[in-house]
Amino acid sequence: MTETILGPVSNVPAGEGRVFLVDGEKIAVFHARGGGVYAVQAACPHRGGPLADGLLGGTTLICPLHGWKFDLKTGQALFGDCGLKTFHVTLDASQQIVLLK
Amino acid sequence: MEKQKLVVIGNGMAGARTVEEILARGGAEQFDITMFGEEPTGNYNRILLSNVLNGSYQEDEIFLNPLEWYEENNIRLLAGKRASGLLRRAKLAYGEDGQPVPYDKLIIATGSRAFIPPMEGTTMVDGTLKPGVFVFRSLEDCRNIADWAKGKHSAAVIGGGLLGLEAARGLQNFGLEVHIVHLGGHLMPQQLDTGAGAILKTSMENLGIKVHLKKNTSAIIGPDRVLGLRFADGGTLECDMVIISAGIKANWEIAAGCGLTVERGIVVDDQMRCPDDPSIYAVGECAQHRGHVYGLVAPLWEQAKVLADHITGKNTRSAYHGSKVATKLKVMGVEVASMGIVEPQTPEDEVVQFSEPKRGTYKKLIVRDGRLVGGILLGDISKAAYLIQAFDRNTPLPEERLHLLFDIGDPPKQVTFAEMGASTQVCNCNGVSKGAIVACVNAGKRNAKAVMDATRAGMGCGSCKSMVAEIVEWACGGETEEDPSVHYYVPGVPLTKPELIRAILERNLKSVSAVFDLLAGGKEDAASKPGLASLLKTLWKGEYEDEKDARFINERVHANIQKDGTFSVVPQIPGGITSPAQLRRIAFVAEKYHVPLVKLTGGQRIDLLGIRKDDLPKVWHDLDMPSGYAYGKSYRTCKSCVGSDFCRFGLGDSITLALKIENEFQGFDSPHKLKLATAGCPRNCSEAMVKDLGAVAVEGGKWEIYIGGAAGSSVRKGDILCSADSHEEVLKLMGRFIQYYRENAKYLERTHGFVQRLGIEKIRAIVVEDSEGIAERLDREIAESKAAYKDPWKDAWLPENDNQFASVLPILQ
Repeated sequence: MTETILGPVSNVPAGEGRVFLVDGEKIAVFHARGGGVYAVQAACPHRGGPLADGLLGGTTLICPLHGWKFDLKTGQALFGDCGLKTFHVTLDASQQIVLLK
Repeated sequence: MEKQKLVVIGNGMAGARTVEEILARGGAEQFDITMFGEEPTGNYNRILLSNVLNGSYQEDEIFLNPLEWYEENNIRLLAGKRASGLLRRAKLAYGEDGQPVPYDKLIIATGSRAFIPPMEGTTMVDGTLKPGVFVFRSLEDCRNIADWAKGKHSAAVIGGGLLGLEAARGLQNFGLEVHIVHLGGHLMPQQLDTGAGAILKTSMENLGIKVHLKKNTSAIIGPDRVLGLRFADGGTLECDMVIISAGIKANWEIAAGCGLTVERGIVVDDQMRCPDDPSIYAVGECAQHRGHVYGLVAPLWEQAKVLADHITGKNTRSAYHGSKVATKLKVMGVEVASMGIVEPQTPEDEVVQFSEPKRGTYKKLIVRDGRLVGGILLGDISKAAYLIQAFDRNTPLPEERLHLLFDIGDPPKQVTFAEMGASTQVCNCNGVSKGAIVACVNAGKRNAKAVMDATRAGMGCGSCKSMVAEIVEWACGGETEEDPSVHYYVPGVPLTKPELIRAILERNLKSVSAVFDLLAGGKEDAASKPGLASLLKTLWKGEYEDEKDARFINERVHANIQKDGTFSVVPQIPGGITSPAQLRRIAFVAEKYHVPLVKLTGGQRIDLLGIRKDDLPKVWHDLDMPSGYAYGKSYRTCKSCVGSDFCRFGLGDSITLALKIENEFQGFDSPHKLKLATAGCPRNCSEAMVKDLGAVAVEGGKWEIYIGGAAGSSVRKGDILCSADSHEEVLKLMGRFIQYYRENAKYLERTHGFVQRLGIEKIRAIVVEDSEGIAERLDREIAESKAAYKDPWKDAWLPENDNQFASVLPILQ
């Protein structure tokens, strides 16, 4: 496991997502309005939609291209069986986003 | 296990098809098969004989099973050998040569032969047909007819049924003058009624065939060859040859000879077995099932399957229940389709009829209890496939009978969901089939919304939503569990739109998160966010507290997301009016940012497609034009025709009106997009009548205002709201309607749905006549919204979030 500090959580506005490039892999990081931080693969498994541009409510994410829905906590698709790869992220004491990979 | 001996008497379409079905069920493992075939060839498609006669097919093209097929399948074919008798106790079949062939199971498929009505002079003293007299049942008949016809002048066909007409048409190809002599009052009496028969007679005569009705032929004249016909009424007809096509007669003699029950055909049960002898079956035109002897091929296919199921033991419960008979006449130049009965049989039978004799078109349907029990199509048989299917499957017909006869306007609708195939795609955007919807219902989703959420059916363009809902209802047997959220403005806040508006205003809620906190128990719902943001903006205008995360990505970055995650940028070009300076700027931007596609839009604007998110603010800055809002659930644009400035037909200044409209409503959030147009005359070049709102100039300095038009996934001509005397009047009335729509439509409900739901009269009363006394307030709301307008592309100079447009954030160590 390697830890990568992605930067302050304030870089990701509440309710939105942003993409980070970590070791050549695009990862979408979300900052839920409830305070939680989540990280998943950046491209939707359906047609490669940019998930960081999706709509987030609770931990449910809607892909902007065709409306596929996923649960960010588990990566599970809310219909269909094609889920998302999830990554472990936390906030450290100084409110920095830390990605464990 | 030793194989059983299976003997099939008859190598026509019924015999050979039955053997094929038996082989398909692994019958080669169970049976040694022997077939008697009277004709010296393999099996051919007898239905196509008339095509051989008319020259459109060669003989070898109509073979179904050539001789090699029998070899390949180890079938012993006794070709050219007619079976002459059966000894049931010994289980032996005899050929004409007296050779016995033992059997364990026997299938009689002897078919039928031409019925020759009693007429003087038909045969010679030795019993053979008089030279020049033919029947039309086999390839040999076909050859003989063709040989005889050479160099002759005229031919008569006795019998105006299906086969007779086909034969007559075929004979024309030999340059003969052809007569049809028919005993009855109209042609094709089995398939047509009097009216259709009369039209068919005219059609045949137009093809050069002479039709003689109600003619009873009493004699064939000529001592040693045909010279003509004599009729019972004393008249005569000269001709060089005669084809007798007066019906068929089942070949049942072999069965009767060994004591099997025979009526009009060999009697069989629902498994195609002879009730007197469980080892003997009969199939095809020689068999009589429940009183019916069929002379068509479709029943034969069904019978062959049942017989094969039973004899191989593959499915001993398989049963034949009789066939519904539908036919198509294949005579070049005349098209006929017929099914079931030709006249109503009970006073309740409903007759739907259309007749246009001049064009040879006749359509008649007989409907009983909402189902098709008979039909005749003549001249135009474009609906035949659909009707034959509805008839055959006994499916309920749509209430609108007109659509049964013609394709008018709308595409033909699916009659019932029961008949719709499981694999039929219902949602064309997301590729969801009827089967998937039904499976979802069966898995416990008992209302349309739950099914749509689970399958994504109806979640693309939305045009199939009502059909999805109907299928769900059908699949639930009409007992859907109502989802209360269908009445909510958005699914995540349990309030109808009026309740929600009241609560928002009373509690002073100005942001989406505040609405969730106070009206939804703090529970966020992603899908509800954009609808709430739109409504809050409409209600609070400049005071609305925008939260980017509540907006769909298009409205966050003021551009339209494309399939590859890039965006399209459409600057404002109201009325389609631009200038060389604007075009130069657009060209400069397109080159500078390597825009892959520059395209004119349907809304008379210019679209720059394939722009990276990171470049959006720079593109806006370099364009220095306001946003065209080509991405939002909002007012989009107003297009225009040339109007009165240049057009010689122009009645009103549509360009100026379009510019004023754009200036009035630009940037307005609304439940769905609003696309407008103005037209300078009723020629409607700008398509104003099919826009959400349109204004069309008419003579006398007036404008007609259309609302609720659509030309997208739905197509609808708008309703006329009223006419107005001036541009200002148009603006005022359009504004009132827009505001009323913004306050009352469901989220994502287009104006066409809204206008149809409320009805144009109600909307006209409120908007034009002010029946609710709210007109003044609506006008005021519009004025306030207009005052709060701010071009979002000004973000180019002041981004709200520094990294809003960054496609990837850098990792800061």
